Amino acid sequence: MERTISFTLNGRPASVKVDDGRMLLWVLRSDLGLTGTKFGCGEALCGACTVIVNKEAVRSCSTPVKDVAGKHVMTIEGLGQNGLDVIQQAFLKHNAFQCGFCTPGMILTAYALLLKTPKPTEEQILRHMEDNLCRCGSHVRIVDAIQEAAGARGGV
Amino acid sequence: MDVSRRGFLALAGPGLYVFFGVEPASAYQQEPNRLPTRQSGPIDFNAYLRIAADGRVTCFAGKAELGQGAGTVLAQILAEELDVAYESVGVVLGDTDRCPYDMGTFGSMNVPVLGPALRAAGAEARAVLLQMAAERLGAPADTLQVKAGVVTDAASGKQVTYGQLVEGKRIERHLEKVPPKPVKLYTVVGHAAARKDAMAKVTGRARYAGDFMPPGLLHARLLKPKAHGAKLTAVDTSAAEKFGALVVKDGDLVAVLHERPDMADHALELVKAQFELPPASVDDRSIFDHLVKTAPRPQPAGRPSGDVAEGEKQATAIVDATYLNSYVAHAPIETHTATAVIENGKATVWASTQAPFMLKPQLAQAIGFSPDNVRIVAPYVGGGFGGKTAGPQAVNAARLAKATGKPVQVMWSREEEFFFDTFRPAAVVKIRAGLNSAGKVVLWDSSLVGGGDREGRPFYDIPNQRTVSAGGWQGGNPPGMHPLDVGAWRAPSVNTNTFARESHMDLLAAKAGVDPLEFRFNHLTDARMRRVLETLAKQFGWKSAKGPSGRGVGVACGMYSNAYSATMAEVEVNRTTGHVQVKRLVSVLDVGMALNPDGMRQQMEGSITMGLGYALSEEVRFKDGAVLDRNFDSYSIPRFSWLPKIETVLVDSPENPPLGGGEPPIITIGAVLANAIYDAAGARLFQLPMTPERVLEAMKKG
Repeated sequence: MERTISFTLNGRPASVKVDDGRMLLWVLRSDLGLTGTKFGCGEALCGACTVIVNKEAVRSCSTPVKDVAGKHVMTIEGLGQNGLDVIQQAFLKHNAFQCGFCTPGMILTAYALLLKTPKPTEEQILRHMEDNLCRCGSHVRIVDAIQEAAGARGGV
Repeated sequence: MDVSRRGFLALAGPGLYVFFGVEPASAYQQEPNRLPTRQSGPIDFNAYLRIAADGRVTCFAGKAELGQGAGTVLAQILAEELDVAYESVGVVLGDTDRCPYDMGTFGSMNVPVLGPALRAAGAEARAVLLQMAAERLGAPADTLQVKAGVVTDAASGKQVTYGQLVEGKRIERHLEKVPPKPVKLYTVVGHAAARKDAMAKVTGRARYAGDFMPPGLLHARLLKPKAHGAKLTAVDTSAAEKFGALVVKDGDLVAVLHERPDMADHALELVKAQFELPPASVDDRSIFDHLVKTAPRPQPAGRPSGDVAEGEKQATAIVDATYLNSYVAHAPIETHTATAVIENGKATVWASTQAPFMLKPQLAQAIGFSPDNVRIVAPYVGGGFGGKTAGPQAVNAARLAKATGKPVQVMWSREEEFFFDTFRPAAVVKIRAGLNSAGKVVLWDSSLVGGGDREGRPFYDIPNQRTVSAGGWQGGNPPGMHPLDVGAWRAPSVNTNTFARESHMDLLAAKAGVDPLEFRFNHLTDARMRRVLETLAKQFGWKSAKGPSGRGVGVACGMYSNAYSATMAEVEVNRTTGHVQVKRLVSVLDVGMALNPDGMRQQMEGSITMGLGYALSEEVRFKDGAVLDRNFDSYSIPRFSWLPKIETVLVDSPENPPLGGGEPPIITIGAVLANAIYDAAGARLFQLPMTPERVLEAMKKG
């Protein structure tokens, strides 16, 4: 059904008049021009499209836009808008990426973990990140970066 | 298809242009030991660099940034030779209008082939700039010093910057045979450097082919046949048209286009198509017999030695085995994508491709354009691994842009990615080897079918040996031999051939009752391979024992593009489920001088992690031309929980020319895990991937 959906996007009010069953990924990329969120599989199997909705990591390729009405949505563009977040700094420091295509999803998935679990164990990190796929094999560095960011955030 | 000098100058804008007349190899004439082993032919140096009026340097190269850090290492090389700050060097990659011709980003050729050319370019530019500075400062060039792009005459204290020297000028000076900077003076190359792509990638600002969305863009979705070999017999697109999609039918191409990508997806679902399916043929289980039956006449792979008949006579024990591996997908997280714009008779296409200059003439031909009117840009590419060498999605985007008169983006779905991929070929390797009574291998007779011949001939000292190869990844196979398209997959041929050779060496070692590492040393005189293995054994803490020892440790070594790679692993095999957990993996690499050690380590870690997939889980299921794997639920690639403790060691080898490291570390992963599984459970796996089912089956056989 076509209707206006309003939500908070990267801290600012946003409204789109769209078929409300459309997936958030495509509305973000195509209607709103936020291309940092990536398409990888279309079935919530890879995590490249991860965004934050009300502090939870969500697969935007499988989230109808109506589900975010009235909610707070943050994409990778929003995370760094007031200076790099500690998780971004940690990814930079550890070169925790190669091709970079999974990176926005990795960073936001890790961000959601640290919101809930500021001092995750390695086991918790692995379990939380498990369904985010990286084909270049940056996993080791991603784990290192998350551990570093957890330390830098000081458990806050 | 090189960029003409005039074309390059017109595009590049004002700045300094340095013209070079030296062939790439001459860069190493001062240091003959450093001669690169491969050259791609003469390269026009003048197109490689530009120094702007503000002193900033731009490095132009036709490579694609696939994540391997191409831009970073090239900037290091140029900064080193020019004596400018690394931070002042920017890179422009993979743009056929702005960069000099490059064959493509594959084969670990960036460092060994492009590196020397760029080194020569930088050295020559620096010499020209010094000459100019000498004239400006009134001092002899050889008394001047350069640091961070500032030239200083120590006697007078006067200074001039590169930026000041070139401001408002175009200089076409030419110097011959300028020696590159001696390696011992390096301060940038060989040291860590911040990746040039880092900030863009952590902020989401890095743009990939699908992130270019010019005004008026239409997203195209293409009708995919149900199986390879299926023929479209009828198509009804009326429902898609009614939905509001534009439909293009152009020969074999049926596409629906919409200004929203997901609406185009929906429109495609509304297309009713009938296909005549190909006759029942082969599947992922019957493929191996099929390959052997359909293979062409075998050709020698490498130089034979001695006489295999003589080897048979000398042998007191014979070990025969056949090794199999299935088709493996590239599965980059970014699917093949391209955005095409045609304006004023010129086509510009942003494409996820490893070979923009190879794509350019193909695409031009497909749309009936002169190649001069086609510009391909490989922006950031979301993983390649050999799978983005051709660019069929870019050709289709351009065809559709031409047909509709609008910019068009094609982005493959994951299902299309698994269907149209040029897979790593399924292969059969047969090896017959013999030991004499002293435990030496005196016979090696092997046949490679389907996978290709690279590194098929063992590098071990074996007096009587012969290897033949039939069919491979390069194409030219008999029609129908490979029922799926095949192509280069990270270190083509060599994962397969290393798995077979190194598994067989382990079988022979066990037969001889000798520790597998010691057994390899007994057949190795190559000093570099010996050093790599010695370094590895020390790092790993290898303790000699004959296999299977029950500890779950294994060793494998191999070569690729002149680089030496060796790996030891420790695994845990669950005897109930057959699941293999890799506990620890140590990789040692000799790539000559490592230009960017941390970048090399990233390649090693990435290779090891990716290698776990082809070793343990990845195989493409197919039947009668239909690919049964459609997404990451059934086609399982490595995940965080699979991670072993990874240790990487670069053998310090500055006396050898630098080589690429993106491929060599992956070649041993199948073999080292097969050998470690054998050591753990006494079960020999002869087929990749080593799934839990196959591990259990092998354990039953004992």
